Amino acid sequence: MTETLGTTSSFTPPTRFAVPGRISVDDRAASVWQTATITGIRRETPRVATFRLSVPAWPGHLPGQHLMVRLRAQDGYVAQRHYSIASAPDDTGHIELTLDHVDGGEVSGWFHTVAEPGDTVEVRGPVSGFFAWPGDRPALLLGAGSGVVPLMSMVRHHRARRSDVPLRLLVSARSPEELIYASEYGSETTPVFTRSAPAGVPVGRMSAAHVAPLLAERPPGGWEAYVCGSNGFAEHASRLLVAAGQPVDRIRIERFG
Amino acid sequence: MHVTRGFTGRPRVPNAALPPGQYDAGDDWPVLSAEVTPELTPQEWTFRVDGLVERPRTWTWEQAHALPASAYEGDIHCVTSWSKFGVRFGGVSLDAFLDVVRPHGSATHVVAYAHTGYTTNLPLADVTGGRAWIAWEYDGRPLAPEHGGPARLIVPHLYFWKSAKWIAGLRLLDHDEPGFWESNGYHPRGNPWEEQRYSGD
Repeated sequence: MTETLGTTSSFTPPTRFAVPGRISVDDRAASVWQTATITGIRRETPRVATFRLSVPAWPGHLPGQHLMVRLRAQDGYVAQRHYSIASAPDDTGHIELTLDHVDGGEVSGWFHTVAEPGDTVEVRGPVSGFFAWPGDRPALLLGAGSGVVPLMSMVRHHRARRSDVPLRLLVSARSPEELIYASEYGSETTPVFTRSAPAGVPVGRMSAAHVAPLLAERPPGGWEAYVCGSNGFAEHASRLLVAAGQPVDRIRIERFG
Repeated sequence: MHVTRGFTGRPRVPNAALPPGQYDAGDDWPVLSAEVTPELTPQEWTFRVDGLVERPRTWTWEQAHALPASAYEGDIHCVTSWSKFGVRFGGVSLDAFLDVVRPHGSATHVVAYAHTGYTTNLPLADVTGGRAWIAWEYDGRPLAPEHGGPARLIVPHLYFWKSAKWIAGLRLLDHDEPGFWESNGYHPRGNPWEEQRYSGD
């Protein structure tokens, strides 16, 4: 028996793909390194700061996309990392990155202990369209720690456009002091504190009790869920979503690593 | 060359096994799947090879385990810049499956697909000749679900997104067809030694 599949028709996997890509990516933008100048540094929490970068030829991005940052030492040694973009798309020629100070992190360590306004780094991007939210569908966002960064780009985009597309954010932090962007959240956001909380707010892990009421809102067309954080958080949060009835093929996950 | 003011980086440890732009993740093994980890038991798992082959076939867990055991011991490289040295995956060489289905001479590429629907494309030459495995053990133990268990594809000489977790099958084609990440801006081949991260690299 001979099969002649695949010679002309496009291959479709037997399983409906969990997370079809949202947008097409400009390959040229992703492959060209350009110089970015740090124009401002803003502290968010004791271990997290936001770095504003001037990127004159930035091709634009969608909320949820990331870029690659490259640092080079005198001897030619190079280190590069992927970082989510924190700012909403705009036409200022600037983007913002919000970075954890990782223990022993050579790149985040440079940003947190050496970098000053006026310093330059190399960037390329934006890259990857899969976690992007163009603003078209109701968005249910679950983040923990600095996993809130790409989600905040979505919240800011939603606000900047004065969008009436439903959007909700569940953000987990160890304590109020460690909650990134604490002063920026509005009624769309529910913070969850795992170690210590303000008076009257319960302490504990994100749970079905947080997720169920949001799924019960049932916006037209259903939620597109975006989960970002450590692998442990991503596994936990995605299981909560599935248990609450969110279809697996409408859950996108970005894990640190 | 643009030098970053005040950047020194990690201590230089000469390591000819580290591809350009990569760092040694040590004992860490980050998990980077884009989808929900499926609840898939060995009894539910199947692996199919079809497309441009003489005898398309589906293997069950037991049938796949009846093929000659083969292990990969070496290094793996993720496009997000970490590499992991001295890993050991146990399973079966992909050659053993292909020997059974007998690829047509016209087959040039494969699409590997997962039980989740994830896809990735590879030249046939990259998954033959002892360069690819179906693996169900890591370090002598069953492969964890978040790392692709019960079984995943291993193509260690390419960036690790090519090593599809929860592998469900391969389809052999006479042309290249981009998979999931390849349709999202990533390089069609992904050779870490040539730093083929993104399309255009």
